[in-house]
Amino acid sequence: MENGTKLWVSSSPHIRSDLTTQKIMLNVLIALVPAFLVSVYVFGISALLITIICVATCVLTEYVFEYLRKKPITISDLSACVTGVLIAFNLPVKAPWWLCIIGSVFAIAIVKQLFGGIGHNFLNPALAGRAFLLASWPTRMTGINYIPVDVTTEATPLGIVKEGLDIALPSNMQMFLGFPGVYGAIGEISALALLIGGIYLIARGIISWRIPTFYLATVLVMALFFGEDPIFQLCAGGLMLGAFFMATDYVSSPTTPVGQIIFAVGCGLLTMIIRKFGGYPEGVSYSILLMNCAAPLIQKYTMPKVYGISSQKEEVAE
Amino acid sequence: MSPNLATFRGGSHPPQSKEATKDKPLVIAEVPNEVIIPMSMHIGAPCKPVVKRGDHVYLGQKIGEAQGFVSVPIHSSVSGKVKAVEPRQHPNGELVESVIIENDGKDELPPDLEIPPHYETLTPEEVVNYIKEFGLVGIGGATFPTHVKLTIPEGKSVDTVVLNGAECEPYITCDDRLMKDYPDKVIEGLKIIMHALGVNNGKIGIEDNKPEAIEIMTKAAENESNIEVVPLKTKYPQGAEKQLITATTGREVPSGGLPADAGVVVNNVGTAAQIATSFQTGQPFYETLLTCTGEAVNNPQNMLVRLGTPFQEVIDQCGGFKVEPGKIISGGPMMGVAQFTTEVPVIKSTSGILCFTPEQAQLPEPTDCIKCGKCTEVCPIRLQPYQISAYALQDDWDECDALHVKDCIECGSCAFVCPAKRPLLSTFRTAKRALAQKGRK
Repeated sequence: MENGTKLWVSSSPHIRSDLTTQKIMLNVLIALVPAFLVSVYVFGISALLITIICVATCVLTEYVFEYLRKKPITISDLSACVTGVLIAFNLPVKAPWWLCIIGSVFAIAIVKQLFGGIGHNFLNPALAGRAFLLASWPTRMTGINYIPVDVTTEATPLGIVKEGLDIALPSNMQMFLGFPGVYGAIGEISALALLIGGIYLIARGIISWRIPTFYLATVLVMALFFGEDPIFQLCAGGLMLGAFFMATDYVSSPTTPVGQIIFAVGCGLLTMIIRKFGGYPEGVSYSILLMNCAAPLIQKYTMPKVYGISSQKEEVAE
Repeated sequence: MSPNLATFRGGSHPPQSKEATKDKPLVIAEVPNEVIIPMSMHIGAPCKPVVKRGDHVYLGQKIGEAQGFVSVPIHSSVSGKVKAVEPRQHPNGELVESVIIENDGKDELPPDLEIPPHYETLTPEEVVNYIKEFGLVGIGGATFPTHVKLTIPEGKSVDTVVLNGAECEPYITCDDRLMKDYPDKVIEGLKIIMHALGVNNGKIGIEDNKPEAIEIMTKAAENESNIEVVPLKTKYPQGAEKQLITATTGREVPSGGLPADAGVVVNNVGTAAQIATSFQTGQPFYETLLTCTGEAVNNPQNMLVRLGTPFQEVIDQCGGFKVEPGKIISGGPMMGVAQFTTEVPVIKSTSGILCFTPEQAQLPEPTDCIKCGKCTEVCPIRLQPYQISAYALQDDWDECDALHVKDCIECGSCAFVCPAKRPLLSTFRTAKRALAQKGRK
């Protein structure tokens, strides 16, 4: 070889897949589009504004935090955008602008960046943000706030059930489609739209099928056990959003197959226990957050059998 | 292909990139004017040179004497005059004592060339001894001396020989070529190995991206009742020893153990063909099949190359570089070794010379782990690569050990799939080295 030719030398493997963190996050954003369209259709311009405020605040918070700490700026990985959209999707349509901002700053600065940034948050940032707002401004995060101004209904479907209100519940078909007359946090109302997005993520290999499947299956079984309408329970509240987009957060859920199943079943049990016996009408957020806390422990005790390890033990046993 | 192809759990699907050479005929490379023959082309003690400057050597003459049991002799790949015995750059990245021979172009054979009697008339010990003297090593990558594999330790028993025709490394197609062109040699070699081990069960595993090879090998094995061709699912690393054993026999090699602990001996199809050739001609291992390919080379080919031929010579015979190369890899892109220079020689285990363009050579910058778990899904050993890597980066070797880093087969699947582009395997190599050092203390 002629002098001056530069050869790169590195350790194998010498090729990398096309998948990047950015592509993963972009796929999650794409998967959230159907639910976003329904939210704008049902809630109008308010849903659009809430989403824009949350996304902008999340991205800006991440930028400022990393800039101040002199760390590499990672906003191009789109994970802050995903968090922004998910926070927005968990807010009521009447959430004021400052509530959107506080929730977003809390999620990114406290839950994500203070713990070390992407890959280090032990809770789902969007859910932790929502829980923070719910604990701090309960009157702004419950009841009538979920209902658009020009609508006569007074509660979400789960609220109606919880309070035992004398209002007719939407039909199961309405619940599944997310309209008409079905209200809740702006991104959670349409089970169908979320299901489309969730199946897209599974098909693209972005999320594992285990967590949503076992989460939903547990809710279904528990609903039958409690004598509730399983279709209603599956479509109501934040379950679809939680099962496909929040419980599947990589960092705060186990990576082992058995661990994912235990995690998902735990989410399902807690969701139904809170819905049935808790003070709040909806239990998806808290059940996922609680299981987030348990995830490292679940991971530790569900490590898969390493190749060749058990056959060795068997031999010893013989 | 049947829907129930033999396979293993885990694995990934890197782009196969075999189109450039998969249907190209086998080319016999021109013999260079000078060969550089390193005294180490196997795992184990290097050979001691038994020739000196000025000596005349015959083609196939022994020029390096094996040192100890885990070592095989090394032979000249040309006839001619020894120009020097000196350290030269080796494809493993080190300087290794090498014999440099000027080729006289005569390919003169030793006058005392002995053609061994038919293997069936020999005892297993005699067969194994011939195999050692022929300088045979596993050419699938690890270059483990073949006679050591065929010497089963006391207390262990082997009932199956598996030939590795998986060729799961992207780009590489020389084993495919070999199976299509010389199926009888592969079968003959397998029969010799089975005879040496006294085993009645032979299997040849081939990935189903090589349907012609499967068909031709199946036909060649038609009259051999105890040899079975096993089509394997095309998935990386299907040709890794442990994964191949699991796919073809359903057994698992115990952690820290050898294939013999699962009752199996694995050899590459290339090794088997070389055994057959050597028994036929009495000539030792002095040339090898390889694929010279990659986007930076003009005319990618499958070639039969004399050992000791410099990489540059092989590349020149493939029409030279199309563009200025960015990376030269000995072997495939998943497990091959990047080279500092193209002056290194082809050795027994060189299955490929892969030339990447500068764009392909530069790997993306790593970002933070997002704990997506893709690495855990593809790991054929079912390790938790992202966790081990996190501990390794903190020099916590004990925790790496507890997570079984020593069982890592270094296939590179984890680093390949990682969306954060983290150099996972490099950190495991560091951890394994640190643990090995600790174990020695």
